[in-house]
Amino acid sequence: MIQWPLKVSEDILYDILAFIESFKNTFPEAEKWELIPAYNSLTLVTLSKSINFLSAKAAIEKVYTSRNKEIKIKRYLWKLPVCYDLEFGIDLEESAEALGLDIKDLVAKHTNRPYTVYGIGFLPGFMYLGGLPKELEINRRSSPRAKVLKGSVGLAAQQTGVYPQDSPGGWNIIGNCPIPIFNPNKEEPCFVNVGDRIEFYSISRAAYDLHKIEAEVGIFKPEKVALND
Amino acid sequence: MIKVIRSGFFTTIQDSGRFDLRHKGVPISGAMDLYSAAIANSMLDNHKKYAVMEITMTGPKLQFSVATYFCISGAEMSPSLNTKPINNYEVLKANKGDILSFGKLTSGFRTYLAVKDGFNTEIKLGSRSFFKPITPLNCVIDGMEIDISECKSYTPKILEMKSESLHHFDEISAYPGPEYDLLNTNAIKSLFSKKFTIAKENNRMAYQFVEPLMEHKHKMLTSATLPGTVQLTPAGKLIILMSDGQTTGGYPRILQLSKRAIAILAQKRSGDTIAFKKHPYSL
Repeated sequence: MIQWPLKVSEDILYDILAFIESFKNTFPEAEKWELIPAYNSLTLVTLSKSINFLSAKAAIEKVYTSRNKEIKIKRYLWKLPVCYDLEFGIDLEESAEALGLDIKDLVAKHTNRPYTVYGIGFLPGFMYLGGLPKELEINRRSSPRAKVLKGSVGLAAQQTGVYPQDSPGGWNIIGNCPIPIFNPNKEEPCFVNVGDRIEFYSISRAAYDLHKIEAEVGIFKPEKVALND
Repeated sequence: MIKVIRSGFFTTIQDSGRFDLRHKGVPISGAMDLYSAAIANSMLDNHKKYAVMEITMTGPKLQFSVATYFCISGAEMSPSLNTKPINNYEVLKANKGDILSFGKLTSGFRTYLAVKDGFNTEIKLGSRSFFKPITPLNCVIDGMEIDISECKSYTPKILEMKSESLHHFDEISAYPGPEYDLLNTNAIKSLFSKKFTIAKENNRMAYQFVEPLMEHKHKMLTSATLPGTVQLTPAGKLIILMSDGQTTGGYPRILQLSKRAIAILAQKRSGDTIAFKKHPYSL
């Protein structure tokens, strides 16, 4: 595992991604390694039986020092629809009250801003998103729910995110995204990559039902914008 | 086909694992005791990646719809073929219609059943290992039929073997994890001298222990975890992630178990005790 300074920073994340790119291009037998980035760390796992830790470490350090810092990594901004109907946003009223906002303000603050994907883990396709505005920071629920529905959009402390499957969970649920973030039937089951950005936009209940059907038959393609910064 | 007449407590199909999607949050899965699974496969000249049946605590009752050869390994679960007792680590022939059943668990916790050429459940994201919702099922269910190939004649290279059964060991070796240094001297001493009891919270995702180690307030950012990663919660609880364990976590990772240690632990159940031992190759 390689660790960068302990802070949530896009610069660090992009440095990790640039390193991954160089590693894939230059490291001998790079395809035999799995690379798992998250926030300020990168974990490298190999299934090769015979590696010497110290020589592998030296080779990895060489990749880091000779990496191309200017490398352009393909990253996208994904625009995902969310229905903030009270039927899905089961904690919406309580959360708005706790934050001293009305529901409309809460939705306005949650939507139309980019969140950076700092990691994918916990569940297949669960994105750790950074960039939540301070006004939406709210404590986790005091007791977690045994089942949070797939697609639920939640708030917890400095994080927001989408539950990619039914799961126990303690986040405050404010809406539901009809587009599956993780689909095991696709060759690339998760269209989002670490380093991408996510933006939510509010949709009506009718649009939710439509998008859900479109997603099920595979004709809904979330809007994506290439990032060049 | 092989028919599941009775599924048992928790019976799944597992191969060597689902790789290359950890960065998307997909656990590796695969057999918990990879050593036992590999032995059963190798006795049938199967590729080590072939899927086997992993049987936990209480065994199923199965009926072969085709002739094949099979081998049982891992925990001792009093198996019988058409009510005649049989042994683990023995290559046997099953005829069409034969019934394989399991009885009392006498040692270990997980038994592996390999059949010639493996269990052919659907490959999802590169693996047959059951893991919901990547596969439709978490475990096999009563009445289901699983595809296996017919094999009418086969001459095994080895008929029977006396295997070193890992489940008789109770020491598990571990390397220091990335956050090992947050442990104080007392905690390190306890960690490598006391025995730890497996809690009732133990499954394919994680094993917890009854005895707490040390409370802490260490804050870290979410980072990758692996099967065999030993996490320390703020309340001092030890959690060891296993085959279906999450790929990232926010608790300090104080130890990392060796592969052999994971296989040893996979054969333990609640109430059993283990002792951690620092791996001799630790840096």
